[in-house]
Amino acid sequence: MSKVTKEQVLRSSGVNVLKCMRCGKCSATCPSYDEMEYHPHQFVYMVEKGDLEPLLNSDSIYKCLSCYACVERCPRGVEPAKVVEGIRNAVLRQSGMNHIKAENIPEMLDEDLPQQAIVSAFRKYKR
Amino acid sequence: MQVNEKEFKPTIVAFCCNWCSYAGADLAGTNRLNYPADVKIIRVPCSCRVNPMFILRAFQRGADGVIMCGCHPGDCHYTTGNYYARRRMTLLFSMLDYLGIERERTRVEWVSAAEGAKFAATMNEFVETVTKLGENKRLEDLRCKEK
Amino acid sequence: MQRIGVFVCWCGSNIAATVDVEAVSEALKSEPGVVFSTNYQYMCSEAGQNMIKDAIKEHNLTGVVICSCSPRMHEATFRKTVQGAGLNPYMVEIANIREQCSWIHKDKQTGTEKAIILGKAAIAKVHLNAPLTAGESPVVKRALVIGGGIAGIQTALDIAEAGFDVDIVETKPTIGGKMTQIDKTFPTLDCAACILTPKMVDCAQNEKIHIYSYSEVTAVKGFVGNFTVSIKKKARYVDTTKCTGCGVCTEKCPVKNVPNEFNLGMNNRRAIYIPFAQAVPKVATIDADYCNMLKNGKCGVCSKVCTAGAIDYKQQDEIIEERYGAIVAATGFNPIKLDNFDEFAYSQSKDVITSLEFERLTNAAGPTSGQLLRPSDGKHPHTIVFVQCVGSRDTSGCGKPYCSKICCMYTAKHAMLTREKYPDTDVYVFYIDVRTPGKNFDEFYRRAVEDYNVHYIKGMVGKVAPRADGTLDVQASDLISNEQLHISADLVVLAAAIEPDKSARPLATMLTASMDTNDFFTEAHAKLRPVESPTAGVFLSGTCQGPKDIPETVSQASAAAAKVIGLLCKDKLTCNPCVAHSDEMLCNGCSSCEKVCPYGAITYSDKEFRMPDRTTAIRRVAAVNEAVCQGCGACTVACPSGAMDLKGFSNKQIMAEVDAICK
Repeated sequence: MSKVTKEQVLRSSGVNVLKCMRCGKCSATCPSYDEMEYHPHQFVYMVEKGDLEPLLNSDSIYKCLSCYACVERCPRGVEPAKVVEGIRNAVLRQSGMNHIKAENIPEMLDEDLPQQAIVSAFRKYKR
Repeated sequence: MQVNEKEFKPTIVAFCCNWCSYAGADLAGTNRLNYPADVKIIRVPCSCRVNPMFILRAFQRGADGVIMCGCHPGDCHYTTGNYYARRRMTLLFSMLDYLGIERERTRVEWVSAAEGAKFAATMNEFVETVTKLGENKRLEDLRCKEK
Repeated sequence: MQRIGVFVCWCGSNIAATVDVEAVSEALKSEPGVVFSTNYQYMCSEAGQNMIKDAIKEHNLTGVVICSCSPRMHEATFRKTVQGAGLNPYMVEIANIREQCSWIHKDKQTGTEKAIILGKAAIAKVHLNAPLTAGESPVVKRALVIGGGIAGIQTALDIAEAGFDVDIVETKPTIGGKMTQIDKTFPTLDCAACILTPKMVDCAQNEKIHIYSYSEVTAVKGFVGNFTVSIKKKARYVDTTKCTGCGVCTEKCPVKNVPNEFNLGMNNRRAIYIPFAQAVPKVATIDADYCNMLKNGKCGVCSKVCTAGAIDYKQQDEIIEERYGAIVAATGFNPIKLDNFDEFAYSQSKDVITSLEFERLTNAAGPTSGQLLRPSDGKHPHTIVFVQCVGSRDTSGCGKPYCSKICCMYTAKHAMLTREKYPDTDVYVFYIDVRTPGKNFDEFYRRAVEDYNVHYIKGMVGKVAPRADGTLDVQASDLISNEQLHISADLVVLAAAIEPDKSARPLATMLTASMDTNDFFTEAHAKLRPVESPTAGVFLSGTCQGPKDIPETVSQASAAAAKVIGLLCKDKLTCNPCVAHSDEMLCNGCSSCEKVCPYGAITYSDKEFRMPDRTTAIRRVAAVNEAVCQGCGACTVACPSGAMDLKGFSNKQIMAEVDAICK
């Protein structure tokens, strides 16, 4: 498993973590704060420091609801949810396996599921 | 002599009004914001001092791009100067268009004394645009060319 | 042919680090007309200036080119220098090789090449320079202060103290500004009204000061020393010379439901009102939006009860014109609107208030007579949460990118005063940073923490949710203990960012004074000329220039006054000699220049000319009034015959620069 670099996370998330002024409004606003081992402001700060290992191994990346409340309220436009997503993507891309196979898709389709969800899941979870 | 695309360094004349844009250019310097050395600034009291003749002269003498910067509309130190400048330049630009000078070689930008970053960004972008267009030969007076 | 001397400045390492100064002075030596070229560490130093003077004498120089910092910085210095050596001050040209060369380029070769070209352009220009003499214009010995807050009041008092007439124009019915709404002032906790109202009274009583209250500036013409300003005196439907300020009308008026702006709408006033007890001038004003008499002609109570007969329903807006030598902008600030901050529930709950509203709630003249009560149910709050930086330091577009500067201190003051008056109250302050630079400021903040036990929590409030039981659920982060808090609060106070008053932008346009992207007035130099606008004769006082607390505002107001006094002391001002000039022999009398001149400086007259065939002819030609011309050059381009030219920036000079650059 090759090492995930800070640059990789910054590039895939498109976030400039240096804009953060450490006010903590992201964590103040986070609805799944109590579920997370590392909180939104910590994601931003630890990525800035390059301290990625704990984040990559933490469950927190799956606890983020991607509700984007932190993105909405951040006074500096840092977009912490995208950093979390960046770490999550790095983990998924690293895992070396397909989470979804194209041939399994037809059976997953039902009328209630928006097709876009399948497409985006496929994009996300396919190697 | 064939000018190599990579080596081509455009000559760019920038007319800046004393009150806003020249101060904006100074601020870009004070903040150490880089922009290419191809840009040479001429200070004028107001953008309305820029005679279209000066721009034609620049092209005639081998300039590859000319940019004119003034105060934002409504903020002119002399109240209305930049409005005159804007109208004059609109006419001049359509004439240059008619002469076959690419529209992108001339530009008017409003830069206030507080917009050092905008000045640097504008210059970077303008130099890039002009560099892509290459050398301006259409109006150049070869008699003026140094041997 | 000019004899030109070139002086290249190193500016320590500022220029010398990226420009090879030796190479520049060497290269410029061979330019035509250059008889002397040298370089020196600091050209603006006394030794550097002496070097220039000596060279002028020794080499008989007629023109000087200085390759140094921006002409906006030291042009005046070097003009004085050459004047000292007997040269006309306008025979100097500056090549800006610092701000526009060495500071923006990293590569020494690039920088050097560009510096040489800039030097050549300046040499080409100086070849065509001609000696210029500055004219003079008289100074009107009267100043105008726009805005009657503490900044305007202090400036006006200081100018009047020096013996000059000064007028204050204030849009509100009374002077006093925001400070009248504040309860106590940090860091000494004296009462704002107690220290402000004597100054307001001083203004009213000083015979040198004239107050135009309920008035606006609508137009500004002219230039330094000689401005003509139109002031609109808005109709207040009360004759200010007759009104005694007894206040009977304000008690009898039947329209009782007008939101009282002085208390930020937290209680009501009548349609005829005096903003507050200590108002200056203390006269009533009718609010035309609410008055029944003015709306439909049915009422007239105030007119009946007024024993002085001061009510005049037929009063009209009146525009007066006045001449001034100097203008001071003191337009002040307002807290921002909180529409973009829904997460704090400001619009949903009455118990979420701004800090200025909190001031009114604790002020004895406020809606609750100084009792700290919840606006919703009038009960004492037991848990109060203060949120700092609401809309300040916000680059997301919802708020303001700058720090509002005053919030840390007034929040500490609010928290401290609350704890002192109501010790049973829990007070929380959520902060990002506590910024307390200032004399006795940090001590003040520490007192709030150490002596008054205010809970300062490093973190930000993310959400305020009103609950059914009337309390507010404050969800916030505590970054130091790394937890998310839920506080059940009775009152939430938001330290809203401050922004320049909305009137500042149109005023700046009228004054042709420049503004930054946040609508604060720009100062002439960020460090060395902080109270002057780049526009001559326009000065800045108070928060219209940037966020400031009261002590800082007062110091700046006095500084602006000192600058105004310095200007008004002079009987005559030296004009800018770089003005337009018409060549009568070329002028064809078309009037194009007259039409574009923003100052009306160009006049036409019939003049007799001797023609080449020895006959005389009468021709209509333009003449420029040099005292009125400001030197913009609009006419020079409009002139179809090339008769009009601008001294110091002539067509030939600019074209010589163009040629030098394009070579």
